[in-house]
Amino acid sequence: MSGDNPYEALAGPAGGGGGDAHWAFGTGFDAPPDEVGAEVPAGADRADLAAYCTMLGDDALVMAQRLGQWCTRAPELEEEVALANIALDLLGQARVLLARAGHVDGTGRDEDALAYLRGPEEFRNVRLVEAPNGDFARSTARLLAFSAWRLAVFTRLTASTDPALAAVAARGAKELAYHRDHAVRWTLRLGDGTALSHQRMADGVDAVWPLLGELFAADPAERRLAAAGAAVDPAEVRAEVLDVLGQVLTAATLGGRPAPPAPSAPGGRDGAHTEHLAPLLAELQSVARAHPGATW
Amino acid sequence: MTGGAVDLALARRVAGEVVDPELPMLTLDDLGILRDVRALGGEVVVTVTPTYAGCPALGVIAAELRRALAAAGFGAVRVRTVLAPPWSSDWISAEGRRKLVEHGVAPPGPVRRAGPVPLELGPRPAAGPACPRCGARATEELSRFGATPCTALHRCRSCLEPFEHVKEV
Repeated sequence: MSGDNPYEALAGPAGGGGGDAHWAFGTGFDAPPDEVGAEVPAGADRADLAAYCTMLGDDALVMAQRLGQWCTRAPELEEEVALANIALDLLGQARVLLARAGHVDGTGRDEDALAYLRGPEEFRNVRLVEAPNGDFARSTARLLAFSAWRLAVFTRLTASTDPALAAVAARGAKELAYHRDHAVRWTLRLGDGTALSHQRMADGVDAVWPLLGELFAADPAERRLAAAGAAVDPAEVRAEVLDVLGQVLTAATLGGRPAPPAPSAPGGRDGAHTEHLAPLLAELQSVARAHPGATW
Repeated sequence: MTGGAVDLALARRVAGEVVDPELPMLTLDDLGILRDVRALGGEVVVTVTPTYAGCPALGVIAAELRRALAAAGFGAVRVRTVLAPPWSSDWISAEGRRKLVEHGVAPPGPVRRAGPVPLELGPRPAAGPACPRCGARATEELSRFGATPCTALHRCRSCLEPFEHVKEV
């Protein structure tokens, strides 16, 4: 087999063995990883676990959609590829997390049902990810904050008593470290660049900063699960993440920022979103809603 | 294979020889993503792990595993995926690294060990992967994200050829 091109084998008449089997190309994995079906760990409430997986899954799904909107719009081709790759990593995390949520909440909904068939009020993502991209500097500021925060959470989540969360976190932390580094490089380059790039990077940070308080505010389900050893209380990562961001901003000659303000309540974790989420989901869900159950 | 015991050694070999769709010079054995092959109630159960959680090649790999095993006479095949422990580029075999270089792809270096991820703010070390074509050490990174999730794009300063580098994860 070595040296054969499996795409040819799949596309050609010799490969499929009849039927639609050869159209497996492009459909991704047809069964979620084993960890999705694991038992709910002792001490963890089933509904809390489903809610928590939905929160982390929705953060990644919506952020991936925003990053994907840079395709054909990024400053250079390499950057489009980079942002699309980051989006793909986050989408991979979202798939497993949403599949896990659907498994433990007892409804039997798969990842597609959760991604495509919920309304905005049922999404549990933080508001940071739903804000429009703005210019490249603002997107960079968001990616920096998001990846620094998620990396800090996932690093701790590797010790979760929930096998699915621990597995996603171990896999995802490696990806997020790379994402954070990418955002750090751009922040340094733009912040410590020309007067114009410096100003736009500073504006980007200022636009994103008020949304950061929500990242460190624990939902009641998060707090209960954290006590049971299955989740990470986001308040725990606050000092570390703000320290990382402070170091990057200082090195990028962007100066310090005061602590981000406390979030308004109810917030994204409660399903209370800004006006930007509904149009984003309308686009994300349009094909699935127009052609229910379609496969290709 | 009907009625008889499943020839696990054969199944293991056939599964291990399936090639990766994105790095077709590598077999699943070379890449280190084949976790387990076992017989379960007359069924061959193959367990693989993705290189990246969102790796779109996994669906192709699963289909190709089923196809190759069916061609080798295994009627009932199930492909499972597991995430833990996460794949590491350290799992690419010596043979796999040799094949990568032979095909103009720079293999990954050793992976940083576990622990908090250091924040790098200064200039990056000049030492990148050696050019897989001419062997020169002087290479530069063109893009940290290549055509597939597991590669980055570099260029040799000596022979000027661009080349892919399998990232260290």
